[in-house]
Amino acid sequence: MPGITPEEVAHLGRLARLELSSEELDHFAGQLDDIIGAVARVSEVAGEDVPPTSHPLPLTNVMRQDTVRPSLTPDQALSGAPAQEQQRFKVPQILGED
Amino acid sequence: MTVTDLLPYEDALATYDPVMGLEVHVELGTRTKMFCGCSTELGAAPNSQTCPTCLGLPGSLPVVNATGVESAIKIGLALNCEIAEWCRFARKNYFYPDMPKNFQTSQYDEPIAFNGYLDVQLEDGEVFRVQIERAHMEEDTGKSTHVGGATGRIHGATYSLLDYNRAGIPLIEIVTKPIEGAGDRAPEVARAYVAELRELIKALGVSEARMEMGQMRCDVNLSLRPRGEQKFGTRSETKNVNSLRSVERAARYEIQRHAAVLSTGGTIVQETRHFHEEDGSTTSGRIKEEAEDYRYFPEPDLVPVAPPRDWVEELRSGLPELPRLRRERLKTDWGISDHEMQSVLNAGALDLIVATIDAGADGAAARKWWMGELARHANESGVELPAVPITPVQVARVSALVAAGDLNDKLARQVIEGVLAGEGDPDQVVDRRGLKVVSDDSALGAAVDQAIADNAAIAEKIRGGNLAAAGALIGAVMKLTRGQADAKRVRELVLEKLGVQG
Repeated sequence: MPGITPEEVAHLGRLARLELSSEELDHFAGQLDDIIGAVARVSEVAGEDVPPTSHPLPLTNVMRQDTVRPSLTPDQALSGAPAQEQQRFKVPQILGED
Repeated sequence: MTVTDLLPYEDALATYDPVMGLEVHVELGTRTKMFCGCSTELGAAPNSQTCPTCLGLPGSLPVVNATGVESAIKIGLALNCEIAEWCRFARKNYFYPDMPKNFQTSQYDEPIAFNGYLDVQLEDGEVFRVQIERAHMEEDTGKSTHVGGATGRIHGATYSLLDYNRAGIPLIEIVTKPIEGAGDRAPEVARAYVAELRELIKALGVSEARMEMGQMRCDVNLSLRPRGEQKFGTRSETKNVNSLRSVERAARYEIQRHAAVLSTGGTIVQETRHFHEEDGSTTSGRIKEEAEDYRYFPEPDLVPVAPPRDWVEELRSGLPELPRLRRERLKTDWGISDHEMQSVLNAGALDLIVATIDAGADGAAARKWWMGELARHANESGVELPAVPITPVQVARVSALVAAGDLNDKLARQVIEGVLAGEGDPDQVVDRRGLKVVSDDSALGAAVDQAIADNAAIAEKIRGGNLAAAGALIGAVMKLTRGQADAKRVRELVLEKLGVQG
């Protein structure tokens, strides 16, 4: 089983915009390795006759009619926002100085 | 800012062979979003069309819109695609606030439609087949406003404001296979493809596909390879090219830019690029590799979509006539040339002419008015033909009045002028301006007598059997009646009064 390297953890950290120390990179690499190893054991018991699935229920085609339902009010929608302006969610600078 | 070198287009094509890939996003015209019941109505106050599901609040669960799935299948079928027996949604994860969920619900390796093609017709009539890789379902993102930058762009902004009304509106992304073999016509093929796709989407009734409103957006992937080479070169992806003309210009610009880089020994960077409407140029966006790590995985909150075959076949049998075939049929029905048809299409007159014919007008008359008088009016007032303030029904009425002999061409033009000036329906304009052709004998008789008296010498010639001279007297009568006389009846009266047989 290929081990998760600290470099891979750093890459994931960057995609999630998380700043991680080198101790954390090592720490998480070990933990992620354990998790992936545990999940990998599933494929040991799942034979050819067990199809991969992403959903525990044997359902398909659960659909909704195209009928409008009431939305939240803008106040309700924004009630959990740490910051807002002009009835919009306010977020910090998206790109750095580049 | 550095100046971008461009190689002359002909030189670029002499050395290199372009390969394109086009990705078109179509916003569906459903009443509600893809995964929740929020309205998709345009122009609503910011964040007034959101709910726990499209805001990604904990505990909310998405349910797919049946009409969204149906529209996707229709598009797939119209593009000659296979429709998946079973497919799933996937999460496309990325760290950007335009989706409050922190991922976009899309489809990854199991698109609902795949392996199709669309035949597109170029200006000279040549048909080019564009292969379709896939069409998949996904959702639109929210609208960002960047504040603090000098130009309103993301660069230099100090913060951004988000309106999530658009987040979750159904999108269908249609992806072509690499388009090879178009050579120097690649930009034209790109434009014709997007134009044909837009017509198709409109004919299916799944979206109005108005590019100027962002309902249809195109990303142009382009690479060059040395002529004769099989292997593709490195591509650039020009994002959000939002008019037909821009699609053509973006492809052309990128061909020239790539060629300039490659011919001086440089390498193309795989990146996204922004298109600039004002001068047709593109500039560097983000480096693609960095952004591409989307960590797709199957969406656990939605169950698979497995369209029953009888549903698919029902939708297939309900497909409208495809736009290209419809154009071909109309061309034959009307008995016009490729060139004339192309003019009709370029003028955006096809549907107007069809509607005018449906309202009772004869085909030739409908074409004459829309392509002549009305096209000229559109041109002069700088609007598109459909925006000219006259309806097909009104044009058909004018045409009926001409056919019935109540109007001649000259008067008909005045009636149209009146309708365009907001004076009402054709009949109202006729009444108010007093434009009816005069054919009753008492009114005409007096004018004919007058003309004979004024032109005694000519009248004498006609009496002597010179019928060709009658034209001059008819002209005199028309003048006296300010063009409102029925020329045929005038001729009869002239000959009758002078005692000669017509």
